[in-house]
Amino acid sequence: MKRILLLFLSCLMAISVLAQERVITGKVTSSEDGSALPGVNVLVKGTTIGTVSDSDGSFRISVSGSSSTLSLSFIGFVSQDVEVGARTSIDVMMSPDVKQLSEVVVVGYGTQLKQDLTGNIAKISGDNVQNIPITTIEQAIQGRAAGVLVTSQNGKLGQGMNIRIRGSSSISASNEPLYVIDGMIVTTDNLSSNGASTNPMADINSNDIQSIEILKDASAAAIYGSRAANGVVLITTKRGKAGKTNFSANFQYGSSKPTRNRKYLNSEQYVELMRESAINNDQADGLDPVNNPADYPGSWLEFWEGYMDYLGGDTDWRNLETNTNWEKEAFQKASLTSFDLNASGGNEKTQFFFGGGYTDQDGILIGNAFKRISGRINLDHKATDRLSFGVNVNIAKTINNRLAADNAFSTPLQLAAQAPITPVRDKQGNLYSNTEYLPGLGYAAMSYYPATMELVNSSFVTTVFRNIATMNASYKLNNDLRLVGEYGFDLLTQNDDRYQNEYTDTGIGIGGYGQSRWTQVFNQTARISLGYDKVFNAHNISANVGAETQGKTISISDAQAQGFPLPELAKLASASEPVITTSSFAEERFVSFFGRVNYKYKDRYLFTVSGRGDGSSKFGPDNKFGFFPAASAGWILTQEQFLSNQKTLSFLKFKASYGVTGNAGIPNYGYLAQYSGITYGGTSGLAPSQIPNPELRWEKTTQYDIGFDFGFFNDRLTGELDYYNKQTTDLLLNTPVSATSGFVTQFRNVGDLENKGIELVLNYTVVKTRDLSVSIGGNFASNENKILKLDGEQEQIGPTGSRFLNAVKVGEPIGVFIGREYAGVDPANGDALWYVNGDTPGETTNSFNTANAVVLGNPTPTSIYGFNTNATYKGIELFVLFQGVNGNKVFDGAGSFQSANGRFEDNSTIDQLDRWQQPGDITMVPQARLYTNNGAQSSSRFLYDGSYLRLKTITLAYNFPSSLTSKISLTSLRVYVTGQNLLTWTDYKGWDPEVNTDFNASNVSLGNDFYAAPQPKNLTFGIKVGF
Amino acid sequence: MKTINKILFISLLLISFTSCEEDLELIDPNNTGDAIALINDKNVKSTLIGAYNAISSGNLYGGNAFRNSELLAANNEVVFSGTFNDVADIYGKSMITANADATNLWIACYNTINIANNVLSALAVVNEADRDQVEGEALFLRGVTYFELILMYAKPFSAGNTSTNLGVPIMLTEDRNSTDAIARSTVQQVYDQIVSDLTSAESLLAEGPAAGKATKEAASAFLSRVYLQMGEYDEARDAANRTIASGNYSLRPTVASAFNGGSSSEDLFDIPVSTVDGVNSMNTFYASATNGGRGDIEVLTAHLNLYEVNDARRNLFYIDTGTGDTRVGKWINRYGSVKVIRLAEMYLTRAECNQRLTTSIGDTPLNDVNTIRNRAGLADLGVVSLNAILNERRLELAHEGQRLHDVKRLQGNLSQGTTIFQYDDNKLIFPIPQREMDVNSLLTQNDGYTSN
Repeated sequence: MKRILLLFLSCLMAISVLAQERVITGKVTSSEDGSALPGVNVLVKGTTIGTVSDSDGSFRISVSGSSSTLSLSFIGFVSQDVEVGARTSIDVMMSPDVKQLSEVVVVGYGTQLKQDLTGNIAKISGDNVQNIPITTIEQAIQGRAAGVLVTSQNGKLGQGMNIRIRGSSSISASNEPLYVIDGMIVTTDNLSSNGASTNPMADINSNDIQSIEILKDASAAAIYGSRAANGVVLITTKRGKAGKTNFSANFQYGSSKPTRNRKYLNSEQYVELMRESAINNDQADGLDPVNNPADYPGSWLEFWEGYMDYLGGDTDWRNLETNTNWEKEAFQKASLTSFDLNASGGNEKTQFFFGGGYTDQDGILIGNAFKRISGRINLDHKATDRLSFGVNVNIAKTINNRLAADNAFSTPLQLAAQAPITPVRDKQGNLYSNTEYLPGLGYAAMSYYPATMELVNSSFVTTVFRNIATMNASYKLNNDLRLVGEYGFDLLTQNDDRYQNEYTDTGIGIGGYGQSRWTQVFNQTARISLGYDKVFNAHNISANVGAETQGKTISISDAQAQGFPLPELAKLASASEPVITTSSFAEERFVSFFGRVNYKYKDRYLFTVSGRGDGSSKFGPDNKFGFFPAASAGWILTQEQFLSNQKTLSFLKFKASYGVTGNAGIPNYGYLAQYSGITYGGTSGLAPSQIPNPELRWEKTTQYDIGFDFGFFNDRLTGELDYYNKQTTDLLLNTPVSATSGFVTQFRNVGDLENKGIELVLNYTVVKTRDLSVSIGGNFASNENKILKLDGEQEQIGPTGSRFLNAVKVGEPIGVFIGREYAGVDPANGDALWYVNGDTPGETTNSFNTANAVVLGNPTPTSIYGFNTNATYKGIELFVLFQGVNGNKVFDGAGSFQSANGRFEDNSTIDQLDRWQQPGDITMVPQARLYTNNGAQSSSRFLYDGSYLRLKTITLAYNFPSSLTSKISLTSLRVYVTGQNLLTWTDYKGWDPEVNTDFNASNVSLGNDFYAAPQPKNLTFGIKVGF
Repeated sequence: MKTINKILFISLLLISFTSCEEDLELIDPNNTGDAIALINDKNVKSTLIGAYNAISSGNLYGGNAFRNSELLAANNEVVFSGTFNDVADIYGKSMITANADATNLWIACYNTINIANNVLSALAVVNEADRDQVEGEALFLRGVTYFELILMYAKPFSAGNTSTNLGVPIMLTEDRNSTDAIARSTVQQVYDQIVSDLTSAESLLAEGPAAGKATKEAASAFLSRVYLQMGEYDEARDAANRTIASGNYSLRPTVASAFNGGSSSEDLFDIPVSTVDGVNSMNTFYASATNGGRGDIEVLTAHLNLYEVNDARRNLFYIDTGTGDTRVGKWINRYGSVKVIRLAEMYLTRAECNQRLTTSIGDTPLNDVNTIRNRAGLADLGVVSLNAILNERRLELAHEGQRLHDVKRLQGNLSQGTTIFQYDDNKLIFPIPQREMDVNSLLTQNDGYTSN
């Protein structure tokens, strides 16, 4: 449409050209492939005389005199000036413009040209996160930004995620970045009531997003001072543009499956292994119940076969009547539907964006679903030349049908532990359980309570009402100076409504159990700032100073009760006995001043100085305030004379930054002495719960970053290379103290850690013509995290307990796996062996306790990468994104049950068939011994390489040509198919290497699997129309 | 910049600065401070309730303290088939130093001791009329907690060398809230402290009954347990006799009625549990799913065979309608109080000591044993022997956390599969928790444990 208009205007101009002058003819071609370029604007410089090349790229134009210059311009190509001289025929080759450095980037409290940046900011365009079947935005970042590690805990919908920007910078305080949406710091607290975290970012519709900027280095982030040590994620939503009103509607439908399945024993294999396990016990007792019938009564074999009679329910294990694939029972057919409708537009004075979205997604696990309905209005109005204001209002409701945490018997994937000889239902169709939930009817046939029962007898719905609203007014005091006032709030109201009726394992014997919990988080920010922009001669100054206050309150009331008259009556009104009635309130406040000056000289020397003073309610009386300064400089070498005479290097900037950021991500009131209310025998009382630390102060991270931004061949190849070094000191460590004090930990500022790494981003435009364009891009980052010091005396914290192996140890990365090193099986007797790791190298022992614990591996990837390719040919688009991690290990905490050589009733993973059976057997799986721990302790036996490469996203789309769409009154029509997580390459033996089991996830508890659901593999079809 | 703009800017900044210091001083509405908690009579008494709450922790008298010792003493009589690694390692006598249950018991004990010390430090503000009682309760809680510690974390008294064998660190009133490193006292020193605390408590406390609270009789009952462990049979006998002779407590008419309810006339000390308060973790581990438990512990025939056929205590066992396993019947009510020490034990202690010392303080050993037998529906014995008394004790107190300590003081042994553990085996003693080793440089690890 635009082009036609342009053509028309150009023609008008051409006609007006005076005839008596010299006529020049020529042809414009692409330097890419020599193809003709139609529609190129050809203008005689300094005049209004111009023309447009025709369909074969040729043009005619009249000029007067020989000193004329022709200016050629064409969208997507580099503009060119050509001296006419005495020529009458001029052929011009134009090169595609792949310049990407000129884009605008959102920075803290402002925007900047990317080429002027001296800090490190990764930008992800909103286009990249649209129409991907994700529940939360962080999932869209994965693989797209260098140095940003995104890890889902499991494949449940709307659950917590781990985001680490340039590594973990804290041990006990938060390691999650700060999230800012349209200038408003939003609530990201985990508000879950069941130990498996939820994610408030899931309330945001990713289709509303214009861009995501991730502030990584100190210079970029320091303006968020106190809370920026983990980086800042700035999310900017779409805004309207003056012009005609554009409508766009998008509909998407698809389905999900687990990324992969594990293999477990079938009935025959199970019966074989478990009988062998029992017989081995008998043989150890000197009995032979198989060949000597007299030994059978009272034998382990008799016990076990009797137990299998139970496990078989109304079917007979002896003839393998039942062969249930329990793993399959945990998964469901999952579909997803999503619909979005946007309208945007406006006039010179007022612009608007309106967006509405609806998403309805099933989880891959039975009973898991996520729905979101959201709306957004972004409005900008220019009242006068001086005064403009705007509002952004986002409302959303999400409904999450949640599941028990991964460690609960009732979580679906724990079905994998059920015996394959157990039927799901009896022959009358009643579900089996581990108890006679209807007494006397005999529906018990299981060792563990099954999720199949939980599914039909319980509900757990978390509903969130979210309202994020911001308003701003900007007043131009004069040409250079503007005053901006902003106020915003984020109101989150969450209800957890849970009911487990009298047939569930929680509700049995107590007439069912119910919970109603309301949480309200009110988070508000007010800010006033003064902006100054001035250009004089070669100097370019932009400055910003402001003051900000932020306050957040969290109010929770929780009621839990039992004794419901009927399974159908699910509300607490029907319950007879209260169990928990509680409420709590917490508040935090920040008061801040910030300022930044950007100075640019001659378009090549760049300087930024910023600082933020922050006061927080979380610290001791004398240490509430902290100051977080940063400085950075950049030098655009390609603007210099000495690089102006070459064509290869089109852009080169050297940049360096240094600054301090802080972390206050600890619980409120952490510096106070606390006695909490308790009850004993119905009497209330007081118990000390916290020792005071009035000295408590900010955790500080000092970071420097040096790097280059470069572009070659007219920016056809662009990239960034950065090295950073982050030193965190005064760690807010929840320091273990001697429990003889009556306390276990105290928040103290002790300890140091560091993160060092490099980041590389490369983008290459392979081809760019009008019909065909192919680009490839990639990012790579490596990070080395190391604990430098704990409280001085202490060298190691953890592992805690016997199941998981994560620890904090000086000289090692956070969460390092520490435990016994598995050495396989003694060929003589089938005993599990461990390396002693003492004075004699290679010495092994069959006594777990005798072996020394050693460092076994790092739960965090040491390098992460992503690469993508974007190809379009005419209306066809193909986008492919791969993403991967390297250098980490995953610990399968469930190995003690499911890969424990027939120790428990649990079904075993298929590899357990390799168990030791007779002297001389060489295997890594010890002899099966019923209820006897032969090698099932947590050790390196269950530790696997967690590296993976994943085909994260693949999208194939077709955009119908406008010639076609205009016939049906549409401005655009796009059909597409998108796949997520379609392929994964890994050596991990579990479901999915991208895992950190939800019930146990923390800063330190990393890289653990425990019946955690794999990521969903989605395939969706969509259609998007514009009108 | 125009002057007006400057003024505007500065005033705006000033407004936002105003009173920000005070804005950052927030009061925690959910908790209060040390100064307030110990300031007056009412608050100190509230803090004393806090000490009871601490001892009622699931990790201590909420039940795990008893479960742990029962699993160490499983002796092929019960099987632990549950999925908690740390508990399975206790059962398997294969704990590592980071064992979560060994860690949690230690923490729960010192938490109780510290709160008791806090109370003891503030006796001056307690109303004079109540001061003895408050002091007695705090001393009782501290004394019995040290006793649980010494039983689990040190070589038994019966192993001798009590003045060189290491006990546990002793934290007294003046040490309250101290995070300083502290060394282990000897076994003898810890026992002396326990005897001192409980003796004082007995003299200070009012007579019972008082459900879930320390009484004069609870203190004397615990003293008898402590002296028995020390082999001081005369003191043990006298303390048991004082408890019985008080007449404030009586045996329940049937075995079944002594369990699975609230506090009974037989309970010298128990931990109340209700829907809103407390936890019965014996129920959690021992009971079937139908009874609200995990069904982790199964009773084997070897154990059932110890009872006479018509023994009411045998009939207390039940078949899990789910899994078909045999389960312990003492812990089927998830809201039943956790029995810590019962009057029945006093009869058996008095009988044992009288038998050993050939005395008849209170009553004859034969009569005392027959009292217990009759209550279990069994016929009188005609003559009594020490073995018969010990056997009666084993059955009467089965699955209440006492067997391990009896084996240790009697210098017996316990089996696990085909392995036999002597009474003083290192594997029958908890490791000093690794987290404590890491933060307290003066601690020494127990023999038989490597570092983690």
